[in-house]
Amino acid sequence: MNNLTLKIKRQDKPGFSSYWQTFKVPHKPFANIISCLMEIQKSPKTLSGETVSPVTWDSNCLEEVCGSCTMLINGRVQQACTTLVDNLESPITLEPMSKFPVIRDLQVSRERMFKNLKKVKAWIDIDGSHDIGEGPIMRDQDRAKRYVMSECMTCGCCLEACPQFTIDNSFLGASTFNQVRLFNLHPTGEMKKEDRLNAVMGEGGITDCGNAQVCIEVCPKNIPLTESIADISRQTTWQALKNLFTK
Amino acid sequence: MMNRKKKIIVIGGGLAGLALAMKFCERKGEVTIVSYQSLKRSHSVCAQGGINAAIDAKNEGDTPEKHFYDTIKGGDFLAHQPLVRDMCYQAPVIIHLMDRMGVAFNRTGEGHLDFRRFGGTLYNRTAFAGATTGQQLVYALDEQVRRHEHDGSAKTLEWHEYLGAVLDSEGICRGAVIHDLRTDEIYTLEADAVVLATGGPGQVYARSTNSVVNTGAAATTAYLQGAKYANGEFIQIHPTAIPGQDKLRLMSESARGEGGRIWVPRDANDSRDPKKIPESERYYFLEEKYPLFKNLVPRDVASREIYDIVYNKNLGVSGDPMVYLDLTHKSKKFLDNRLGGIMDIYTKFTGVDPRETPMKIFPAVHYSMGGLWTDYGPDNNGLIDHGSPRNQMTSIQGLFAAGEADYQYHGANRLGANSLLSCIYTGLMMARGIMNYTDSLEKSVEDISSTIFDDTRSHWQNKFKEIKRMNGSENPHKLHHELGDIMLANVLIVRDNKSLENAFHKINDIETRFKDIQCLDTNDWANPSPSFINQLYCMIHLSKIITKGALMRDEFRGSHYKPDFDMNQPKDFDPHEYIEYLEQKQYGEVDIAKFPTGHLDYMKQFEANNEKWLKTTVAQYKDNQPDITYEEVNTSLVTPRPRKYD
Repeated sequence: MNNLTLKIKRQDKPGFSSYWQTFKVPHKPFANIISCLMEIQKSPKTLSGETVSPVTWDSNCLEEVCGSCTMLINGRVQQACTTLVDNLESPITLEPMSKFPVIRDLQVSRERMFKNLKKVKAWIDIDGSHDIGEGPIMRDQDRAKRYVMSECMTCGCCLEACPQFTIDNSFLGASTFNQVRLFNLHPTGEMKKEDRLNAVMGEGGITDCGNAQVCIEVCPKNIPLTESIADISRQTTWQALKNLFTK
Repeated sequence: MMNRKKKIIVIGGGLAGLALAMKFCERKGEVTIVSYQSLKRSHSVCAQGGINAAIDAKNEGDTPEKHFYDTIKGGDFLAHQPLVRDMCYQAPVIIHLMDRMGVAFNRTGEGHLDFRRFGGTLYNRTAFAGATTGQQLVYALDEQVRRHEHDGSAKTLEWHEYLGAVLDSEGICRGAVIHDLRTDEIYTLEADAVVLATGGPGQVYARSTNSVVNTGAAATTAYLQGAKYANGEFIQIHPTAIPGQDKLRLMSESARGEGGRIWVPRDANDSRDPKKIPESERYYFLEEKYPLFKNLVPRDVASREIYDIVYNKNLGVSGDPMVYLDLTHKSKKFLDNRLGGIMDIYTKFTGVDPRETPMKIFPAVHYSMGGLWTDYGPDNNGLIDHGSPRNQMTSIQGLFAAGEADYQYHGANRLGANSLLSCIYTGLMMARGIMNYTDSLEKSVEDISSTIFDDTRSHWQNKFKEIKRMNGSENPHKLHHELGDIMLANVLIVRDNKSLENAFHKINDIETRFKDIQCLDTNDWANPSPSFINQLYCMIHLSKIITKGALMRDEFRGSHYKPDFDMNQPKDFDPHEYIEYLEQKQYGEVDIAKFPTGHLDYMKQFEANNEKWLKTTVAQYKDNQPDITYEEVNTSLVTPRPRKYD
């Protein structure tokens, strides 16, 4: 069996400096990045024969619906579970995402993304979970439009690729704008659309988008992020005008 | 009566945990959700095909009562009937609630909820959001919980692990031991009740359709602390998954619900491209053998048939353990709209487009019908009293379980699209009972001596120190895979006592070798190694529960198939004969001439077998082994009878 070489960027703690280690793992058919990392766990030895602590990474579902295992693979941000090694050039380099604080090795904290969901109130304000009848009637085409957007798994690929989103600024980014559109499109969610639109105006908001359009290229779920940005841009323009006349 | 808000700790951020958290916050309680990772990433997101509710949107005459019967029959009559019935009656309300929360359920031409077929029923009863229904449901509940977090009533502890319950001198649960997976700190949290909504144990088999976190460790810890574990041997093997190195990825039952057909070439040596093989040379074995349910027989049945085709009839595709799951007769547009999620997954992991080429699939470990033993409070109408503090309580007072971590809803085999339902149902249903439980407590958590908490905390701190000091020669991850291999080889679709005994000995060997483990990483920051070793310890004990339960249960029921105890139902048998037989017995003499030859013997055998084995398996931790006893099943509503799907 052939071997695969993995060059992995490691970091012991936040604030510590990073370093590289190289590992060899057996190349098995249909192996993905996760199965290679699992091989390292079973025998955590570097190429030079030194026994080290196993590499740490985030993952859970291993079928690209949970959004955990985002990392830079040969420089490109993607999900480690759906990245098959057969399609990659060797040596394979693995790095943590650069736009989020590193926790350890390939693990980063994407807390900022979840906080942003709170900022824009990415939920439907239901009256309660008791039995008060059916949901609103909806055209299936509208449902389908929302469905695509609601597949966002908060993986962070779009933000990693975005030149406007940096580790220390307040830009909300494509995934958050997409959520605003998702909830504003729902008949009940629409009732609170002003709150969401006001939350994406001002610093870090929609007007800071530089229109680089790379978010849509890296989204593993093919969410029409640029459409969402354009739509929220239009919606906020109207909202700004409305604010002007109602204040 | 305490004059503060009632506070509970919910372990797990999947559907059951989130549903309970939302409901408890609405009832003005305080919830701390503890999750191994960020909330949106729980294993519930992996559920694909849909969620059942007998709304009868297609005017087929479906009712919650039929849903109830299908579920009970699908579970081979091992589930407690009032609970299942209550769940099925609540299902339509649950679907409408999830719809109101914004779940993008597929819709009909008029804009109502659309429904599709699933296994074990003849009705279109499954609501769905493409083929990522679980993900969509998790997100909707997660959003509601985030809203409560925003309002201050819910608190989340992400990247924290549950290690055990804090039990007071009377054995009542008063809080939880929590491990911060970043700082490595181990501490206790006080609460009026603790709920384990921690999912299933697929990692015991190492390779399954389950996620990485599904080790079953939290439920096993409860068992090691004295809680009963029930029906452990009932492990569902899903008929259709993609074989893989790190995981066996699920191909939803909805693929068959939408018309997918399972087949193999009639000739084992037929190496042609599947699309070049004419209809007449294809063996649609499920359709031929089960003309009524066809490809939508329940999962236990389908998995056994696929196993039989591959290993007994040697008809696996190209001699490999795989069969075709074929959707190529459906249009691309149809598939993208209704099954897009799984079409993409198959393409990404195999490089083959299932819209063009039949998929190659094989059964995989998927779900545990068993779990922590939990109680319930029936009402007088064959349903559940939602205010009963007994609901979902484990045999440890104050410790509750919900979702896949409990055992009550699926009997010996779960029907597809009933798991999302049982998770949300338990979470919502139990909230009021927990409130009432809290009211009934004589002593509040504030009255409990702090030494109880201090001692429990030191116990776990010492345990983790010991784990870090382990410096033997065994790699924990290799040992985990060996354990998984033992389970996959011996405790799977077809079981026999010799292999089960053998497996039990091998697990004991693994347990001995566990003592010689090396903790690969002793850092005190974001170090997953000690946690994993603790989880492995739990998985070893859980594998014993599963294996011993399987060894002792000498019958064939649902997912637990022992050919040595198969009563071989006569081919022309009609389950109604059994009801007639029981009636005749009750009212006097049984008329032998009324039944075809062999049927009466079969029915007598069936009756005797139920007498002995229609029981809940209960495992309790004793002398480092599971001590197994049996309890009555509540069959007060429908008479158990032989299952039949052809």
